[in-house]
Amino acid sequence: MKFRKGLLSLLLILAGSFTVLSAQSGGNGSSLLLNSLYVIAAIVFFAIVVQVSDNLMVIEAKRIGADKSGQNFGLIPRMQELFSPRLPEYLEGQQLISSRKGFDIPLEGAPDARVLDRKVLRFGINAADMRGMAPIPRLQVEVGDPVKAGDPLFFDKSQPDLVVTAPVSGEVVEIRRGERRALREIVILADKKQVYRSFPKIDLNSVSRENLVGLLASAGLMPLFRQRPFQILPRLNEIPRDIFVSTFDTAPLAPDAGQALLGREEAFRVGLRVLGKLTSGRVFLGLDGRGQTPPPPIFSEAEGVTKTYFRGAHPMGNVGVQIHHLGPIAPEDVVWTIAAQDIAVLGDFILRGEVRLIRRIALCGANLKNTGYVDLPLGASVRELLDGEDLSSDRRIISGDVLTGTKMAGDAFLGFYDDQLTQVDEGNQYELFGWLLPTDMRPSMSKTFPSTLLGGVPSAANTNTRGEKRAFVVTGEYDRLLPMDLLPQQLFKAILINDVEKMENLGIHELVEEDVALCEFGCTSKQPLQALLRDGLNSMQAEG
Amino acid sequence: MKNALLSFFQRIEPDKKKSPFLHTLYDGFFTFAFAPNHVTQSGVHVRDGMDLKRLMVHVVIALQLCYLFGTYNIGQQHFAALGMYEGFLEGFHLKLFYGLVQILPLFVVANVTGLGIEFYYAYKKGHGIEEGFLVSGALIPLIMPPALPLWILALSVAFAVILGKEAFGGTGMNVWNIALLSRVFVFFAYPTTISGDECWVAGLEKIGGVWTASYNGFVTGVLNPIFDSFGWATYPSGAAVVDGYSGATPLSLAAKGGWEAVLTRFTPEQMFWGNIPGSVGETHKLFILLGAGLLVYLGIASWRIMVSMALGLVVTGLLINAWNATPAMTVPWYQHFSMGSFLFAMAFMATDPVTAAATDRGKLVYGFFIGAIGLVIRVLNPAYPEGWMLAILFMNVFAPLIDHFVVAGHISKRKARLAAMAMAGGTK
Repeated sequence: MKFRKGLLSLLLILAGSFTVLSAQSGGNGSSLLLNSLYVIAAIVFFAIVVQVSDNLMVIEAKRIGADKSGQNFGLIPRMQELFSPRLPEYLEGQQLISSRKGFDIPLEGAPDARVLDRKVLRFGINAADMRGMAPIPRLQVEVGDPVKAGDPLFFDKSQPDLVVTAPVSGEVVEIRRGERRALREIVILADKKQVYRSFPKIDLNSVSRENLVGLLASAGLMPLFRQRPFQILPRLNEIPRDIFVSTFDTAPLAPDAGQALLGREEAFRVGLRVLGKLTSGRVFLGLDGRGQTPPPPIFSEAEGVTKTYFRGAHPMGNVGVQIHHLGPIAPEDVVWTIAAQDIAVLGDFILRGEVRLIRRIALCGANLKNTGYVDLPLGASVRELLDGEDLSSDRRIISGDVLTGTKMAGDAFLGFYDDQLTQVDEGNQYELFGWLLPTDMRPSMSKTFPSTLLGGVPSAANTNTRGEKRAFVVTGEYDRLLPMDLLPQQLFKAILINDVEKMENLGIHELVEEDVALCEFGCTSKQPLQALLRDGLNSMQAEG
Repeated sequence: MKNALLSFFQRIEPDKKKSPFLHTLYDGFFTFAFAPNHVTQSGVHVRDGMDLKRLMVHVVIALQLCYLFGTYNIGQQHFAALGMYEGFLEGFHLKLFYGLVQILPLFVVANVTGLGIEFYYAYKKGHGIEEGFLVSGALIPLIMPPALPLWILALSVAFAVILGKEAFGGTGMNVWNIALLSRVFVFFAYPTTISGDECWVAGLEKIGGVWTASYNGFVTGVLNPIFDSFGWATYPSGAAVVDGYSGATPLSLAAKGGWEAVLTRFTPEQMFWGNIPGSVGETHKLFILLGAGLLVYLGIASWRIMVSMALGLVVTGLLINAWNATPAMTVPWYQHFSMGSFLFAMAFMATDPVTAAATDRGKLVYGFFIGAIGLVIRVLNPAYPEGWMLAILFMNVFAPLIDHFVVAGHISKRKARLAAMAMAGGTK
């Protein structure tokens, strides 16, 4: 590809200079033409020789293993090297993966840098959050039962060792069921004084992997891992090829895991050692290389892991994108991922022998009276979290971020994997010539909006669809939003016609919903790409 | 104002069950006036402000300079044939209004026919009216000869929309570029109206062996008295064409006599600035380039297609110049840019995302072949003086094949990468 690029630019330059030449000579004389053709042929020949030898050198560098850092070993500088700004000092000599693809949606409503004190008494664990569990899990509690933090609530019938436990101690006050009696939330009214079920303490140096998995599973910590492909609960009988962790989140208004883990450094370190025990391969840590200052030492000085810096806009912080660059998933592979904050939960468990499913959660949104962070166990009640806020129906509350989150009813509970609660306004208004002359600011990647030209002024977005669903028209749009070497549009078309072989060939197992969420945001034709991708993944799973 | 309009619209909404066609029509106009109040239901909660309507209207905006100049140039060429008002701004009102009299019917007929068919099919299929014809309807008047009979135009638009688009499933599903399909219909069904030297200048009629100016009733009955009342010059009905005039375009001259024949009638500057006969919108090269620049800057049209198409023309042009066997081959390759409709086809026709190749590499191949094949048709085929229409339609057919090979290449690259990783024993 590089070779062709070089040739192309050469020809263009030639064409340009030749135009000037012939214009000066008045454009008459075929001898001039012929001569220039000879010159062009000579230059092209020369360029081919240079390019081929240059490519040979690059190949050789790869073969002997000198080219590990992803640096350019060719003679000819890449465009990026010529024009990109100088990298900050801390990145020098580090493995760095950067991309110009992607987009940071400029949204108003970033959380204030303060920890709020919220009294939350009701917690709910939603079985529907855990993908890959057999349809109706086996309940272990009934309404009225007292539970300690760490007591089992239910387990997956397809793998009975995989237990989900209570995040807090208290009394089970409600068990909600959905369609066809599918288990939804188990609601616990928390005690004033928390009691924890105690687990045996183990020595990480001597424990076998089997025992470790058994202990973590009985404590309800295995659901914190998610398995790819398909983003499902981990299969306990399979050993993951590698474990991947992204230490930064590029999603809109996402909290900073480094801040959240301040004071839990020891637990995080021990947690990383647990990860090392669980995989036969490596533990990969994706670090934030976007800023001028290095990420916190808890990440940058972590031991026993492979660290890689990533530089670029959203979705660069998605673990799926990082996996693609570090060790792409083949259809038969199994890898696990876990959120950075949850690693400290694993560490806490080893250190204390207690289950403390604590997470720092960001409360954000342009129209919240109080934004900030709260430190709470999983599954906090949304209504109690947003005490004093406007919860009327024209305010949408989302567990998670605006791209991948779930719309919450007032009496719902934060999702099992979410560390963010976002509020956006409903956009259920008609707008006169809204498609042509927008009257308020709205996030967009398109330069047809003056606000985009001004460099992305943050705006208070709403949930209007901004147009109606259409067939695919624009091409190349998704490629700009997905920093992976994939052909997303072709993949989606393969899903639409349910061509399983083509889906596999185009790398569907490397993707989960969050990776294509930005493409869905930017889609001119307003296609439901996340739902489409899940359809494809379901067909893949059904095929086995 | 907004609320009044909104309540007016809501009051007149026809019943969906009783009169589905009216409701479809209403829905089309309503969504044109008001962005709907739909909110996201699943997936992302916030959507980008860009939608297909906005995208298409920006293409139409990019065409506006071509419309302005094309309209005036219809009048300009008409009076040039009569040997009157030879300065570009002389007889300004005559030229402008004559242009308007010619282009407005073209625009109205093309859009009424096309949109009427769209509305009907939307009603039949029971879905909303899609905005695909917005751009086609703006492009079609620009690529037709100014004197095209309106019934032929209506027929060609109907052909293109029904067989080219609705038969394949509507907006986003068509194989061929709709605007070019309507032009190619005229080209093969009514060749005399779109080829030869006579069709490119409007308002001339052969009376008794002599070409003379002839106007319709609106010009003589309405415009002439109005201008007369102001004391301005009026349209000279029956004036004879100047001796030795021919409406030949640079291309038809080049096909017969080569570059020298072109120079006897036009200067290169004249061709660049558009003061030549031709299809309505194709003549002013700077305005086309400005439109193309806007589309590339806004990220709406693919620069890959434009650049590779220009490159295809350059390479083929150099080869043809070196061969130099017929008069037509003597035209210097760089002059091909300003003759005929190359730039217009490059900016607005080849870049249609639905019919072009969809992959980045595919676009490069697609554009290059359009440039190469189009020039071959233009220079080597005496029957067709212009080649871009046929080249683009031809490559439209091949675009899926190009994409197929790009995707196949991508798949084998992916397989090689995974195989290499497996060989190396995973990520260790």
